[in-house]
Amino acid sequence: MCRYDDLAPGRGVAALVEGQQVAVFRDRSGAVYAVGNRDPFSGAQVISRGIVGSRAGAPVVASPMYKQAFDLRSGRCLDEECAPDGSPAALPVWPVLLTPAEPARAGDVAPPNGAPHERETGRS
Amino acid sequence: MRDPSVTDIHKHLVLVGHGMVGQRFLEALTERAPGAWRITVLAEEARPAYDRVHLTSWFSGTTADELSMWPEGFAQSHGIDLRLGDPAVRIDRAARTVTSESGAEFPYDALVLATGSYPFVPPVPGHDAQGCFVYRTIEDLEAIRSWADTARTGTVVGGGLLGLEAAGALRALGLDTHVVEFAPRLMALQVDDGGGAALRGKIEELGVTVHTAAGTQAIEAGADGRVASMALSNGEVLATDLVVFSAGVRPRDQLARDCGLPVGERGGIVVDTACRTADPRIQAIGECALAADGRVYGLVAPGYAMAEAAAADLAGLEGSFTGADTSTKLKLLGVDVASFGDAHGTTEGSLEVLYSNSREGVYKKLVVGADGSLLGGVLVGDAEAYDMLRPLATSAAALTVPPEQLVLPASIGTAPGPIALPDEAVVCSCHNVTKGAIRAAVTDGGCADVPAVKKCTRAGTGCGSCVKALGTIVADELAAAGVQVARGLCEHFAHTRAELFEIVRVKGITTFSRLIDEHGTGEGCDVCKPAVGSILASLNAELGNSVHILDGEQAALQDTNDHFLANLQRNGSYSVVPRVPGGEITPEGLIAIGEIARDYGLYTKITGGQRIDMFGAAVDQLPHIWERLVAAGFESGHAYGKALRTVKSCVGETWCRYGVQDSVALAIELELRYRGLRAPHKLKSAVSGCARECAEAQSKDFGVIATSAGWNLYVGGNGGMTPRHADLLVSDVDRETLMRTIDRFLMFYIRTADRLERTAPWIERMEGGLDHLRAVVVDDSLGICAELDELMARHVETYEDEWRATLQDPDRLRRFVSFVNAPGTPDPTVRFVPERDQVRPAREDEDGNTLRPALVAGPRLEVRTR
Repeated sequence: MCRYDDLAPGRGVAALVEGQQVAVFRDRSGAVYAVGNRDPFSGAQVISRGIVGSRAGAPVVASPMYKQAFDLRSGRCLDEECAPDGSPAALPVWPVLLTPAEPARAGDVAPPNGAPHERETGRS
Repeated sequence: MRDPSVTDIHKHLVLVGHGMVGQRFLEALTERAPGAWRITVLAEEARPAYDRVHLTSWFSGTTADELSMWPEGFAQSHGIDLRLGDPAVRIDRAARTVTSESGAEFPYDALVLATGSYPFVPPVPGHDAQGCFVYRTIEDLEAIRSWADTARTGTVVGGGLLGLEAAGALRALGLDTHVVEFAPRLMALQVDDGGGAALRGKIEELGVTVHTAAGTQAIEAGADGRVASMALSNGEVLATDLVVFSAGVRPRDQLARDCGLPVGERGGIVVDTACRTADPRIQAIGECALAADGRVYGLVAPGYAMAEAAAADLAGLEGSFTGADTSTKLKLLGVDVASFGDAHGTTEGSLEVLYSNSREGVYKKLVVGADGSLLGGVLVGDAEAYDMLRPLATSAAALTVPPEQLVLPASIGTAPGPIALPDEAVVCSCHNVTKGAIRAAVTDGGCADVPAVKKCTRAGTGCGSCVKALGTIVADELAAAGVQVARGLCEHFAHTRAELFEIVRVKGITTFSRLIDEHGTGEGCDVCKPAVGSILASLNAELGNSVHILDGEQAALQDTNDHFLANLQRNGSYSVVPRVPGGEITPEGLIAIGEIARDYGLYTKITGGQRIDMFGAAVDQLPHIWERLVAAGFESGHAYGKALRTVKSCVGETWCRYGVQDSVALAIELELRYRGLRAPHKLKSAVSGCARECAEAQSKDFGVIATSAGWNLYVGGNGGMTPRHADLLVSDVDRETLMRTIDRFLMFYIRTADRLERTAPWIERMEGGLDHLRAVVVDDSLGICAELDELMARHVETYEDEWRATLQDPDRLRRFVSFVNAPGTPDPTVRFVPERDQVRPAREDEDGNTLRPALVAGPRLEVRTR
């Protein structure tokens, strides 16, 4: 899906996977999370642009639209139970697979020392 | 108590006079007996009630609208028929009717007279010459200002409170000013000889010539009928082109006299403690009334108390006015003067404690009773202690400290502070709120801060002189109740934004990681990260960081708007606002924006800040759009940031018939100086080329209005949910002083404000308020101005256009992709439909066009024209 390097600590990216939009985050410690990109409160595909942080120890992302926080492990919204349409306010979550980097492509510069730079996220 | 059945739905009340007291009466009555009375108000003046206490501020730019005390919608919501410019001329008590000047007749069930007073003009020869004025209404002030245009010397007759205010106004109008006072000292009613002497010294320092123990004998007019000179009883003759009479006021009781109501020997309609006249259907309140204690009160607070008493009576409630505290504190020509309680020591057996320092122009006298209680006092030159001393004097409690400590300068004595006040001490005398009531609002009413207490008790909402005391009482009460006021930013930092700013600055911390590891807990959140991002952005140059907010770890701190240097809209698309400094734009600039918007199918709208907003861009498109904007000479408008937005301007003297300065040039200069400056919240500004204020500068965080002598700087205004007019910080300053003052104001704000705190609440929260702010940025009372100047100089030096810099760096550009694994593929869920010849986001139930993936030339959306 993307190289581990494409993920900036504390920030996310959006990926298109079989027609579904996935938000992928890497936190400050290096852990990677994948949740749905659609913000249930606005209906916009923007979760990947939220700010990553913690709430009472849980890793969270705050929606950039109306700022509700979602637990990155469970997808559960920590601020509200229901979205405006009545559906439960939660993001789908996917497991994350990190795989070793493929042999360097032309033009790629190998990182000077090993992990974590040589890992790549796998397809979810 | 009045028979409650009087408050029948069909009863009609006529109020004669619509001044401050009349308006207060209406508010009190409609609050206590909503809907009970049909109300007609007969007003002589052409405008509804306005703040006469602050009348003089009209000369320094406060508009008639701002002085108005007539809330919008008040008449409608209470069914009040306010008849302006149609004074009552006759009362027929037998028929129970009032006739107005226009001839209309109004039957009444209850009649309230609030006709106020008229200025006393001594009947000396020539008192009606052209150029002689009184000082009572906005119209009087307008006439004085226009006459002053052609005058060189002005003389005020009367050295009382109002006379000195008038003298200050004449001085500010540039006149050589004299004050003529009949009594042997200034402010004879309020202060004693020592206080009068201190006051005189201070006022003469300001260039006002004072003549005491001098009566006006005659006014001579020239051949043209204009006033030319004034002869005094001491033989002096003053050449003068303008005269203001401010020799006291007399109750306007003629209506009452004409219908046979008893009036006092020296005027004033006789009323009882419920403000009822001899006719139980008629009440009189304010300056026209002779109160039950045999006095006519010329101050607003007793007038308000009478209005409350009369309204309570009419509502069938208990209400009485038996006399009032005539304490006053004011700033006359920049000199603090206060007088409270038994200022002249008339109480049997009273003693005086005196502190007098003619070098500093400070005079303080306390009158102490034989039992050791504080009875009253006079303060001139330093009235800081008034807020605490006045309630102490009115509560009659014994002093807990030796009285001399209360008059010594703070450096020598120790002020006991308002905590030493007993509960029954009146802290706010405008609204008669005791310390006990304030404490109860905190402990029982659940008020957690000063604004809440103000709302709940009305304390501090009158003249505002008690706000500082209020703050101390509220803070002490909260502390006593053990209320831990969580001051921290969020769960990750126990520090306020201002504290974090100092930590970052002093320790030279350059990253969020280090800051949270050393001074916080956890990983941060969407509250503290952008706040720290903003602090770092303000200090980057100082810290030796890259000044670009998307560099290094800083990128992860930014809100989505800052992260993409654009504004997120509801469907996930972004809008783009190039900077248009001062709102000045060339035809070529307009064409370039138009072409770019057309080529990318963007919806365009003119913003309130005189720029053009382009909506509907995908993240992949942003660099392409900006490449073209930068090529056309545009730069980031920072519409996405907590930063300076725009400096709006009117067209100014270059084109406008009324302009007195080049407002556009100054607006451009300000906008270019402060562009990119990161702050706790967005910053807006405007420059108006004359007092007509077309740029609406008084609704901005910092606004500048041209005067014929320079610039007036207003700060702390905003529009939005809680609109607030800005306050005048400095006036008539030159360009350099203006810039320096704004530099310091902004940097002081950036250093000390809370997260997302606009300048208005920041100033309101500041201890000492606007005066303190002025002391810091003008007089350098904290000794930090050099630092503030340096910080701003660094900002100006290191500014770079964020978008131009982003376009030059492939690393910064990497983030502008829709999908990490399919860059260039637009978000298929972002769809648009045509509306009024442009696009808008499709609603969920609508189909619509998605953006086309061809990005190099930019997608063009087909728009159907109607």
